[in-house]
Amino acid sequence: MSTTEKPAASNDGTGVFSPGRARISAKTLRVDNWWVQPTITFIILLSFVIYSTWRAFANADYFSMPYLSPFYSPCLADSCPPGSQDFGSWIGSWYAWSPALIILIFPLGFRMTCYYYRKAYYRSFWMSPPACAVAEPHKKYSGETKFPLILENVHRYFFYAALVFNVVLTWDAIASFRNPQGEWGHAGLGTLFLVGNATLLWLYSLSCHSCRHAVGGRLKHFSNHPVRYKWWTMVSKLNTRHMLFAWLSLFGVAFTDFYIYLVASGAITDPRFF
Amino acid sequence: MAYDASFRVWRGNTNGGELTNYKVSVNEGEVVLDIIHRLQQTQTPDLAVRWNCKAGKCGSCSAEVNGKPALLCMTRMNTFTEDETVTVTPLRTFPVIKDLVTDVSFNYQKAREIPSFTPPEGLKPGEYRMQQVDVERSQEFRKCIECFLCQDVCHVIRDHEDNKPAFSGPRFFIRQAELDMHPLDTASRKRDAQEKHGIGLCNITKCCTEVCPEHIKITDNAIIPMKERVADAKYDPLRWLGAKIRGRQPGDVE
Amino acid sequence: MTDFERHQYDVVVIGSGGAGLRAAIAAREAGKKTAVVCKSLFGKAHTVMAEGGIAASMGNVNDNDNWQVHFRDTMRGGKFMNNYRMAELHAKEAPDRVWELEEWGALFDRTPDGKISQRNFGGHEYPRLAHVGDRTGLELIRTLQQKIVSLQQQDEKDLGDAEAMLKVFAECTITDLLLDDEPGKGKIAGAFGYYRETGRFVVFDTAAVVVATGGIGKSFKVTSNSWEYTGDGLALAMRAGGTVLNMEFIQFHPTGMVWPLSVKGILVTESVRGDGGILKNSEGKRFMFDYIPDVFKAKYATTEEEGDRWYTDPDNNLRPPELLPRDEVARAINSEVKAGRGSPHGGVFLDIASRKSPDVIRKKLPSMYHQFKELADVDITVEPMEVGPTCHYVMGGIEVDPDTGASPSVQGLFSAGEASGGMHGSNRLGGNSLSDLLVFGRRAGLGASAYVEGLGGNKPTAKEEDITKAADRAQAPFTHEGGENPYTLHQELQQTMNDLVGIIRTDAEIKEALKRIEVLKGRIANMTVEGHRQFNPGWHLALDLQSMIIVSECVAKAALTRTESRGGHTREDFPTMESDWRVVNLICSLHGNDIEIVKQPLPIMTNELLSLFEHSELEKYLAIDELKDHPEAKR
Repeated sequence: MSTTEKPAASNDGTGVFSPGRARISAKTLRVDNWWVQPTITFIILLSFVIYSTWRAFANADYFSMPYLSPFYSPCLADSCPPGSQDFGSWIGSWYAWSPALIILIFPLGFRMTCYYYRKAYYRSFWMSPPACAVAEPHKKYSGETKFPLILENVHRYFFYAALVFNVVLTWDAIASFRNPQGEWGHAGLGTLFLVGNATLLWLYSLSCHSCRHAVGGRLKHFSNHPVRYKWWTMVSKLNTRHMLFAWLSLFGVAFTDFYIYLVASGAITDPRFF
Repeated sequence: MAYDASFRVWRGNTNGGELTNYKVSVNEGEVVLDIIHRLQQTQTPDLAVRWNCKAGKCGSCSAEVNGKPALLCMTRMNTFTEDETVTVTPLRTFPVIKDLVTDVSFNYQKAREIPSFTPPEGLKPGEYRMQQVDVERSQEFRKCIECFLCQDVCHVIRDHEDNKPAFSGPRFFIRQAELDMHPLDTASRKRDAQEKHGIGLCNITKCCTEVCPEHIKITDNAIIPMKERVADAKYDPLRWLGAKIRGRQPGDVE
Repeated sequence: MTDFERHQYDVVVIGSGGAGLRAAIAAREAGKKTAVVCKSLFGKAHTVMAEGGIAASMGNVNDNDNWQVHFRDTMRGGKFMNNYRMAELHAKEAPDRVWELEEWGALFDRTPDGKISQRNFGGHEYPRLAHVGDRTGLELIRTLQQKIVSLQQQDEKDLGDAEAMLKVFAECTITDLLLDDEPGKGKIAGAFGYYRETGRFVVFDTAAVVVATGGIGKSFKVTSNSWEYTGDGLALAMRAGGTVLNMEFIQFHPTGMVWPLSVKGILVTESVRGDGGILKNSEGKRFMFDYIPDVFKAKYATTEEEGDRWYTDPDNNLRPPELLPRDEVARAINSEVKAGRGSPHGGVFLDIASRKSPDVIRKKLPSMYHQFKELADVDITVEPMEVGPTCHYVMGGIEVDPDTGASPSVQGLFSAGEASGGMHGSNRLGGNSLSDLLVFGRRAGLGASAYVEGLGGNKPTAKEEDITKAADRAQAPFTHEGGENPYTLHQELQQTMNDLVGIIRTDAEIKEALKRIEVLKGRIANMTVEGHRQFNPGWHLALDLQSMIIVSECVAKAALTRTESRGGHTREDFPTMESDWRVVNLICSLHGNDIEIVKQPLPIMTNELLSLFEHSELEKYLAIDELKDHPEAKR
């Protein structure tokens, strides 16, 4: 029997060092690589933020008939290239900045308030906590009770908005079954990207916790609402994979945009299937 | 087969303590609690540990193994390599009493702050009728064995002692969800969840779900649905308007 | 003088399992200031381990069921040695006790029309067990716990103090009951104990004590029972002059886990068989068909085909013999293993994987799936389980009045649940335990309240010298030097009981056990505990061991005396059931250091109840002259 650790001298008297708790000097005794997960999340999310900021401000190379980047859809300003304005240009000419700056508010808002992404960024960016049973660095913590985080409660409205965007992006996917001349019945590699993107976005949105609540979760008696119970059961099944869909759809959007950027900028030519 | 394992067990009480090293033999098929018992029998007869059923059904032997909250009786020795040192400490969110035993009275206090099941007036015993689909959600939460590992791992109180008065913790969010989803409960609980029990402090980082030995989907099935119900009652202008038009309180039973 | 804390209560309930909590609720609702004292944390009692369900003839699944049928099943299961009045009250009141749980928030599984669903179980003629998956005990304990919390919330509102009228003293062990006079003469005046956490002593001044401490399984090596089951309550009662009956009847549950060693004994619920699981030996044979005793021949299927049909059409087929009462199945498994047809780790195979789809198994038996997966690394949806008998339940216990739970020998002493005896006769049916806890827990709580009411202002007071004696006794293990450690002694006692007074017994082996117990008694009196009183498991075990040794001696002596085989008592040297022995209760009491066993006649069943059975069935159990008033006797 031997002693390996002296009682902590450097603790600050809060959290796991609060008076009364077992005096253990280590902030965590985890020996596994608990920091790997938050680090990966941090890198991926940060890369996405950098990439999307660049693309959103670029205001260029987002359309190549028949492909419109999801970052710029629906494109409603006069500045949008001809052929990209499937939903009209009712914003008009006064708006001179990148359309993406307005458009991205909605999908980003949806993801920022998403119950899965909240976990991801609270852990990896805010380290609150970085991993389970690993002490967080902050002295004070008020969770989602105060401004701005109390706004997480508006997630459902972003969900409703996301559904509208899904319809638009589904149209974009359908519209991609055209050739560069605008004739129907054709498809290229970009079509696959747009169809895949729309599918993943639907899976991500329909597996959302707010969606689960809205279709049936808020009910007390499923037995009185058999149809909504059925929906709820289906959404619940999707919901168990919400994290997976969150990541896949994020990659989906980014790679779709990047593919269109490559085509629109002339770096590659879109291989046509028929 | 049998080998000698290195163990590091926290020994002490409120006045202080230390991680103490032991060598102890391990046989095939054993769990950490077996090793703790062997220590009691052979080296440290006064080593304090709580346990009852040794089958993961009572939730008594909660502690932290290699820094992770776990039931000692459900942590199998074959999850460690033979040359690995296994560190066992008491729960680090609650005051320690002695060795691996902590004072978990916080949880019993919180339990008492939640209004109990409130059946409809005039419904007599034997007359209760509920459909299986309507009780299943609450039944999941009633699987809880009150091991309080979720309470222990939750950073809201683990890392912030000052949040304890305002925060009931995951165990009691599932209790509130259980009652709010109970087909015959008539009490109104949504606003309380936010205003009295601090569900808003939860930032859904899901550690409670990760440690739950009963595999209750605490976050997805209880806390998030309760947060959505709170939003119905407090933060959704459209639902507020809808409820007003129908002459109800927002968040009322549907 | 030793320092101690002191509290005044009307009723003190020892034990916080189903019976204890139900008793406390009853006493509190009768207006009595009530304390619940328990060795573990509130809500951790062994009741949580009960899996299958609560037997109550609500008739929700088969409306032919009623209390008379339940009564008959219970008596048959107990081989007609049950206290008939207890069996009657139990059968009549069980449905009300289940329904009130719903009022307190319990959520049982439902039938399609929204009622409480009921499942089949060994020895029950109709589907009768209200259940929640396979965690019914947890539901029961949590519901009672939450009911107590709700009573406390009410007190907080009305009186400003949640614990004014009902308080739980968790992690507190009672080591002595206090009387106002000598044991045998005195009335209950209080209880003495210590807080496990601090080691500090505590005295409860109370006129009524309800002992609901559960069973004695920790005296055996292979057991499904938790560490708390050390027979404290029985020893407390005996030291206070109370009597204990029929301790030879111990139920070995047929299906406990046998591998890995560290979980040997942990229960595998009977629901596995109720839901279609079958027992096979190493040759792949469904051996239970070879073990149907004559008294059950007419009630069980004789072919696998018929047994299998019963699951879907129980009205027109007989049930498979896997669902025989537990004693029969346990003995059958024991015989198969002895005959060399056992599984690799000394059990037999319990197979549900080949009978039900993985989804159904996971849905119906979630905690079994979980238990095998996590403790044994066995997927029960793919492979069979290995199971063998495990010490599970003691039918014997403190002798009580059926209606009030009062001890006939000590005024102010009450008991309920597994700690009390008589209800289950020589063998308990699965599911009858949880209902027993509720029915007799409530009755004991009411009985204790009425007794306190009747005393008026004349409450007995404890003798101060008894408090000092109790404190000295509790501290004694610290004062001995050079004695053995309690862990070693405990293991020896468990080994002795398991090997020599286990599932099959003989005269010579029991005598050998008694010899060893005598030696152990001396060694226990001199054992040494290290450390100090603050949460010291060595010390806790040392005190519990003093209860275990008393109870073990009772078991061995009663087993030696009863020269027949019946229910939970099997004598290899007296293999048959004798109607002469049916009418004999063996009463165990403590005189100084000596255990005494006396024979006492079993209460005679009323003719009204006797008439619920056919004459031909009763002939198998009762002597002919006991049947002279039966309606069919004249014919």
